[in-house]
Amino acid sequence: MKLTSLFSAAIGAAVLMSATSALAVTIGFSQVGDEGDWRPAFSRDMQAEAKKEGIDLKFADAQGKEEAQLTAVRSFIAQKVDAIIIAPVVVTGWDQVLREAKRANIPVFLADRDVDVTDKSLYVTRISADFNLEGKLAGAWLAQASKGNCNIVELQGTTGAAPAIERKKGFEAIISNFPNMKIIKTQSGDFTTDGGKKVMEAFIKSTDNLKGVCASFAHNDNMQLGAIQAMKEAGLKPGKDVLMVSVDYVPAMKTELAKGEANASVELRSAIGKYIYPVVLNYLKDKKPLPKWVVIPSDLHTAATPGN
Amino acid sequence: MKSFSPPLKISTPRAAPRLLWPLVALALIFAVDGIISPHFFAIRIVEGRLFGNLVDIVYRATPIAIVALGMAIVIGTKGIDLSVGAIIAIVGATLDWRIHMGDPHLLALAIALAAGVACGLWNGLLVAVLDIQPIIATLILMVSGRGVGLMINLIYGGSDPSFESPLLQGLSTGHIGLIPTRILVGIGLWIALWALVRRTALGLFLEAVGANPKAAELAGVEARAIKWAAYVISGFMAAAAGVILTADTHTSDPVSIGLYSELDAILAVVIGGGSLNGGRIYLLGAVLGAVVIQALTTSILTSGLPPEYNLVVKAGVVLVVLLLQSARTRAAVARLATGRKR
Repeated sequence: MKLTSLFSAAIGAAVLMSATSALAVTIGFSQVGDEGDWRPAFSRDMQAEAKKEGIDLKFADAQGKEEAQLTAVRSFIAQKVDAIIIAPVVVTGWDQVLREAKRANIPVFLADRDVDVTDKSLYVTRISADFNLEGKLAGAWLAQASKGNCNIVELQGTTGAAPAIERKKGFEAIISNFPNMKIIKTQSGDFTTDGGKKVMEAFIKSTDNLKGVCASFAHNDNMQLGAIQAMKEAGLKPGKDVLMVSVDYVPAMKTELAKGEANASVELRSAIGKYIYPVVLNYLKDKKPLPKWVVIPSDLHTAATPGN
Repeated sequence: MKSFSPPLKISTPRAAPRLLWPLVALALIFAVDGIISPHFFAIRIVEGRLFGNLVDIVYRATPIAIVALGMAIVIGTKGIDLSVGAIIAIVGATLDWRIHMGDPHLLALAIALAAGVACGLWNGLLVAVLDIQPIIATLILMVSGRGVGLMINLIYGGSDPSFESPLLQGLSTGHIGLIPTRILVGIGLWIALWALVRRTALGLFLEAVGANPKAAELAGVEARAIKWAAYVISGFMAAAAGVILTADTHTSDPVSIGLYSELDAILAVVIGGGSLNGGRIYLLGAVLGAVVIQALTTSILTSGLPPEYNLVVKAGVVLVVLLLQSARTRAAVARLATGRKR
């Protein structure tokens, strides 16, 4: 860990450059770090898309540290980049450095996560997916698939995490329109395969083999993958006995959808450079104020053969 | 070895009261379960194996019990091994990597277990040879191990680390007759370790080193080698648990697999009557402690309690169990109950 962080810090400090052309738009991108599967894919896509758009991208990896991120943003300001994109490590503590960017006349865009600043004019807009919408899409698919009659077991993400809270809210907002749809069991599986499996095992016992349960809604694919294993080990047929809907669309879930052991997954895109850069480039051209949140559309993928 | 005499009390004269309190805790947890859900104790046969909450508790407690057995050995030498969770992650990543490289699964299993032993050798080197305090020495692997696991995943791309293996999943989630295989594996490891500790002189040496390393050394015990052996045993046991957990989820997820298992294992040893002061090894207690922890977890999951309360309830019950174990608390409660003053 020590070695890798030193190594990455060295890379981050050097601030990688891709294409260098005097006329190209220069954008500084401060990324959170490289945790999980999703974020490294996001970083790779941002670099690849920048090359395609002919953008001179200065990429800085903050290794999950707020102070490294502030240093990176300040170095972008000193280098007089045309625009700064920040995927913030934390929501607070941004007022000062964003004011410095504003004084230098460099527009700041937020990607993925939000910041908490008193003066919203300090950034142009936030470009990200909508967790709430993901929950709604999952709920809408299930309402249609079950024709509005469904007892649901829910695998929540890490308690208190924004995606868990918002996906739950969005899902509940939809199913509350259907009097015969309700969540009968809900527990946290901590966004992990292991957690999802353990929770589903407990649900199977406490509902007498999921008797009367029509669907499993998981806040991410990993937990759903664990739930699928737990159901198979209990002699149940996930995707047939119980509808399986979740969020992320990771590679392993694609396989499950193809096998018909899962029914639907809402995609959390990692290839979002093609949504972010046009917004930034257009703003640099016409300086037209934007709404404070530009939503990246979510896609819902379903099994080749629908369940039931 | 004639000159060597045990430095401390004779082995387990008061085994019964030591095991009484975790058993009382288990009984209390089950009593609450019985009240909340009447079907809690139902056991059926599904897919050719025993199926029910009680089976789940033993089934899920097995990996933690295996880790706790190794931890009990280390704690017996007055050490501690904070790296077991990280070793689980490294072993899982190694196993998955070798399978993706096309190794025969038995060989992949052997390499994964060897990775755990290597981690134990490293910890032992720091503690026994370089004389670094155990909490610091094992902290190094604890904070770096999961990063090592992620790097192993990256060797083969790692974007889809899921795998299928009849051999490994047979060991983890399969069953022999009605009994889940992992429970048999756990019992096998327990018996092997018990024989090693109680049927050879090793147990005596381990406890001697834990109780008083200087005295043990003067009495002719190779304290350095004995301590080293303890960490290797702990690394091997963590590796066995890592194989079971990784095969269970069919994937390598170094960030989350076995997260906080070092804390659960230490807690299991303590609930089972072990003392961090070292000098004693209670294998049965450690197993019982792991079962108590898992009984609590399974009960919370089946109770329908909102997930926000999970950790608070767990902390509360653990506190009660530890208070039950404290002779001083029991004396105070007894005084209050009889209304006598000091």
